Amino acid sequence: MIEMKKVTKKYPNGVVAMNGISTKIKQGEFVYVVGPSGAGKSTFIKLMYREEKATSGEVMVNGINLTTLKSARVPHLRRQLGVVFQDFKLLPRLTVYENVAYAMEVIEEEPKKIRERVMEVLDLVGLKHKVRMLPTELSGGEQQRVAIARSIVNKPGVLIADEPTGNLDPETSWEIMDLFEEINRNGTTVVMATHNRDIVNTVRKRVIAIEGGLIVRDEYGGDYGYEG
Amino acid sequence: MKGRTIGRHFRESFKSLGRNGWMTFASFSAVTVTLILVGVFSVIMMNLNHIADDLENDVEIRVLIEIIEEEGQKNAAEEQLLAQVQNMPDVASVAYSTKEQELEDLIKDFGEELSLYEQSNPLHNVLYVKAINPQQTAKVAEEIEKLDYTYEVLYGKGKVENLFSFLNISRNIGFILIIGLLFTAMFLISNTIRITIFARREEIEIMKLVGATNSFVRIPFVLEGIWIGLLGSIIPVIVVSITYYKLYDILAPRLRGNMLELLPVTPLLYQVSVLVIGIGLIIGMWGSFMSVRKFLKV
Ligand SMILES: Nc1ncnc2c1ncn2[C@@H]1O[C@H](COP(=O)(O)OP(=O)(O)OP(=O)(O)O)[C@@H](O)[C@H]1O
Ligand SMILES: [Mg+2]
Repeated sequence: MIEMKKVTKKYPNGVVAMNGISTKIKQGEFVYVVGPSGAGKSTFIKLMYREEKATSGEVMVNGINLTTLKSARVPHLRRQLGVVFQDFKLLPRLTVYENVAYAMEVIEEEPKKIRERVMEVLDLVGLKHKVRMLPTELSGGEQQRVAIARSIVNKPGVLIADEPTGNLDPETSWEIMDLFEEINRNGTTVVMATHNRDIVNTVRKRVIAIEGGLIVRDEYGGDYGYEG
Repeated sequence: MKGRTIGRHFRESFKSLGRNGWMTFASFSAVTVTLILVGVFSVIMMNLNHIADDLENDVEIRVLIEIIEEEGQKNAAEEQLLAQVQNMPDVASVAYSTKEQELEDLIKDFGEELSLYEQSNPLHNVLYVKAINPQQTAKVAEEIEKLDYTYEVLYGKGKVENLFSFLNISRNIGFILIIGLLFTAMFLISNTIRITIFARREEIEIMKLVGATNSFVRIPFVLEGIWIGLLGSIIPVIVVSITYYKLYDILAPRLRGNMLELLPVTPLLYQVSVLVIGIGLIIGMWGSFMSVRKFLKV
């Protein structure tokens, strides 16, 4: 479960990106975060994996209070989350296999379990045959699949994605969306910031719309709601 | 941390050397160049110091003792002088040599013709005095001169001063060279680190995003730095060793003719090798530690 209480975020340069946001996301939900550019979607997402710290208010994720979480404990928070980005964020010098395995080595998992589980998730995203390739040898869609495989390899309760389809063509975007739905069907909470009108309007889920650092709409089965 | 994680860090650090081929080579080259300089300069400096010490330690004061005919008076006078010199705070050692020994030494150096002086020896009994700090020789000589029963105090006035100022200048030059070397080393290494940081900043960020702790990120980097430092010390150790080995064969006999002594190949080359390898290790460790540290404060 994710809960925000009266969260504000003021960046060091004075920009107020969160203006007192309160919301609850229950375990197993699928939530789109929409809004115009600069509205504060990425900030909203970053607060959840403690990339940014709230200036005031309270952020709770999986029972962890991020407002009081010590820096040294941040890795433990991140291990309970999966994160996926527009630019994939794969380690460029590691192979597909090594990229996914890294997330398990970090938690000091047994090598045998790592081998099995990595192959399992790579199979799930349909990249079992490309395990030895480097990210640069893959298409954008394939790189995003690797990132998704990595994000779920430790079976996190929450998957957070910031414009995961932002760099992909429509068809590939749909394939990625299918993966997210499948992950969500298995009980993982999915929070996805997106500009993808088609997806939001077609696969109806809860929509949280942010504008100027405030939640202006929160609607189950809502539409994208913005023009162009 | 679990044992297998430590093993993983070692494997990872070796793999990373290969993955970052070009950067590994750049850092390796920077370390190699630096360590060659370190090796060469330390060999030169250690030899210069050794020669300077030798030359300084050869400086001694010859105190010719006044000739007194009466045996008892003579003994008393010499004992008093000896005691006074020995009690001087700046004096390291005093050796007494009779005029008979002096003549024998002369005969050894200049030939049997001098043996005709054995009947009526014109020489003085002598005290050989060394100052604790050789550079104090002139001052000590002056003080001895003030004592009773000295006939003449000799220490190569003028020559000794020239020698000392020469030695001091060469030591200063050595000091400047070492400072220059340290700056060169720092420049080379910090430059290499800067390149490495830029290439790896994003990697570190990603590692932290998927839940790596600081030490999990840092350890392979630091190990990698150590390997580069150790690899980088191989060529310098070989180059410096072979060069000194050859040069020693050529130079040592010639210098010995001029009463100068080079440091023997062993243990000098062992010492310099340990120094070079040690500095390589520290450079590698320090370099990678600093480069990671900058981006761990996520
Ligand atoms: N690190 C930062 N430092 C200062 N200001 C920032 C920082 N990150 C974001 N901002 C500002 O905060 C506001 C919200 O930015 P945010 O990235 O959350 O918007 P967004 O909704 O994700 O936009 P987009 O749709 O373009 O990705 C913007 O005005 C932005 O300029
Ligand atoms: Mg954004």
